[in-house]
Amino acid sequence: MIHNKLKYLQLIGLLLLSMIVTTSCEREVSDAAILATFPTTADVFTDNPVGLTDEFFISFDPLEGANTEAFGTDDNEAYLGSSSIRIDVPSPDDPNGNFVGGIFRDRGEGRNLTGYDALTFWAKGSATGIISQVGFGTDFLEDKYPASRTAIQLTTDWKKYTIPIPNSSKLTQERGMFLFAAGGLDIVDDEPNGNEIGWTFWLDEIKFEKLSTLLLTEALLFNGQDLSTTSFQDSKINLFGISTTFNLETGENVKVATSPLYFDFQNSDPTVAEIGFTSEPVINIIGDSGTTLISATIDNANVQGSYEITSLGSLPFAPIPSLLPDNVKSVFSDSYQDVVLINFDPGFGGSTTQVSLFERLNNTISEPFNDQTLVYSTNNFTGILFDGVVDASNLSFMHVDIFIEDENRSIEFQIRDAGDDRIIDSNNNGFPINDDRDYRQTINNLNPGEWNSIEIPLAGNIANQKDNLAGIILVGGPDFILDNIYFYVP
Amino acid sequence: MKSIFNYIIYKYAAPIFLTGLLLVFIGCDLDETQEVTTLDNLVWSDEFDVDGAPNSQNWNYDIGDGTAENIPGWGNNELQYYTDRSENIIVENGVLLITARQESFENRNYTSARLTTEGLLEQQYGRFEARIRLPYGQGYWPAFWLLGVPETTMVDGEEVLEEWPAVGEIDIMEYLGDEPTNVFGTLHGPGFSGAESISKEFTLENDRFDTGFHVFGIEWSPTSVNYYVDGNIYQTLTREDIAEETDGEGEWVFDRPFYIILNIAVGGNLPGNPNSETVFPQSMIVDYVRVYN
Repeated sequence: MIHNKLKYLQLIGLLLLSMIVTTSCEREVSDAAILATFPTTADVFTDNPVGLTDEFFISFDPLEGANTEAFGTDDNEAYLGSSSIRIDVPSPDDPNGNFVGGIFRDRGEGRNLTGYDALTFWAKGSATGIISQVGFGTDFLEDKYPASRTAIQLTTDWKKYTIPIPNSSKLTQERGMFLFAAGGLDIVDDEPNGNEIGWTFWLDEIKFEKLSTLLLTEALLFNGQDLSTTSFQDSKINLFGISTTFNLETGENVKVATSPLYFDFQNSDPTVAEIGFTSEPVINIIGDSGTTLISATIDNANVQGSYEITSLGSLPFAPIPSLLPDNVKSVFSDSYQDVVLINFDPGFGGSTTQVSLFERLNNTISEPFNDQTLVYSTNNFTGILFDGVVDASNLSFMHVDIFIEDENRSIEFQIRDAGDDRIIDSNNNGFPINDDRDYRQTINNLNPGEWNSIEIPLAGNIANQKDNLAGIILVGGPDFILDNIYFYVP
Repeated sequence: MKSIFNYIIYKYAAPIFLTGLLLVFIGCDLDETQEVTTLDNLVWSDEFDVDGAPNSQNWNYDIGDGTAENIPGWGNNELQYYTDRSENIIVENGVLLITARQESFENRNYTSARLTTEGLLEQQYGRFEARIRLPYGQGYWPAFWLLGVPETTMVDGEEVLEEWPAVGEIDIMEYLGDEPTNVFGTLHGPGFSGAESISKEFTLENDRFDTGFHVFGIEWSPTSVNYYVDGNIYQTLTREDIAEETDGEGEWVFDRPFYIILNIAVGGNLPGNPNSETVFPQSMIVDYVRVYN
């Protein structure tokens, strides 16, 4: 199409008219500032940090690989003005750490961001690299309102990026002004396998804005699924699968990982469950019977996804083991000193499993202490991985107590020996390779509504290789509760 | 289109002193000297106040995928099949809903609707205006536009009916769902049709066209067509402009009656086809269509 280039004057008129409107909008924000308790400062970084703590950049934990040397400013590069933030992303073998990331925090008590709808910034890369995560709402103090975009693709020229605020009415006092994390540039594959290279990117003009061009197209809780489950009194269900998606002025849809605190929750029967926000937001089952529906809205818009929870009352305590401690190497039991720490939520790719540690006071034992059980739901496959290995060469069985609520449940246990390298090696189908061995047994005929004590022999391929037991893979179920997992000799 | 508009913003926004002067000057130009509309004598309207099918005294349907008109895909490789079913076209709660759906229908994968006033309202000159809320997402191509009524001409001693672009086309509002803050207004005629048409984009500042209603209109006289959105004229096209834009090749054909068309096209050459993120169904919601002289 040919443009009518003759009519610039009207166009300028429109442009300037719109500038007048824009100015008016900004005045409204300023007026709000007079009334608000906390300042509404929009700028985070222009040529200098604006209203941030003296340390400016607060790195993620260097002990976890964050490279604190990679952050700086650059007076030779800027989108606007004279200076920008320069990030020299380290290579995987950098002795100072293999990734860079952290936050900027407001130096005061926080800002009132209710008048804005987005965090925006300009960025360019030395190469077309990807910033793993960019967001705000993390202050390393309360971390109440994290919101972030992942995998932001940079270009080698300055470009503006937008992170929508999921629901700015919540941000009356926010200290988490900016968050980013980036790792090496991978030009070979998509796997973080050490072949990445270092690269540089620059950030400028980081600020909160009222764009008014964002459309909330989707808000998800529990990944948008309508779930239902039965659960026991005093147990907890995590809030998960939370995101919002916005359509930008560019036509692009961007997904924002969203704190549940941006949502308003509805709970149809507060005597059955309550939503606790004290530390990690969770659903606490408080009633001994009844059913409740947990759902949510965001800024009066519907959130897809809900959880119908029926309380089954109290979970009976698992049987108390009677074996002498000398005959036992425990990995999960309140009756023995565990010999290894475990990771019961390894997050295997493709796993649909939800698992939580159900902890309560055990009053059936004379000296009261906490009783812990592992509660699994929607399990397809997951594992209990040991921090280290268990030498079971003098032991002959694994014990586990299993509680199920419904009949006809079966669970496969795969006891894995990691071999001398003590590394779990599996093929794509989950079978042991290299020096690994496992023994698999499927447990059927479980009685619902009571604890079933199961003894699995250390047999088959691990009968003669069980000195480096490294984990237990759990397949199927899909809903069950475990307690008292230990290896023993009768 | 966008890059040019942005360039102008940057170029003229930077010198603050100059901008200040222009502010005053243009402020007078828009608010006092140049009136957005001058014609206020309402001669035809549909306020869509009666639930059900659109008023048949005002509207006809174009049905199909263009094959019957010898332009499969309506000349633009569009993907939709137009129907008169209530799923695609209905008046409800005081508004007209034209709804595009993703469904298999008559060998097409999308359905939609296209209304015209052909044979019912055909007017030369005047003000044509509609209040519309638009859908969003790649592949959506809704429009509020006018086509000229063909006349018979003599070709090789035979009477034939004129065809496009000889009849002329005035696109009051076109919009692509992957640019939710932009609309454009266009003239097509002999020597300036299709990709060579004369067009300008209007960008809504601090708002989107899919989150609320906006008024789209033209005021058309024997000498010019003014395009406006919400009371802002963003383009004026005159006979002289057409001559200049086409090096004298283009012909002003806007001295005949034109009729109104409202439709949502899906996919095709201009918007590109819908992608996995495009949400169906969505509607173009029309609060009213009014014609003045």
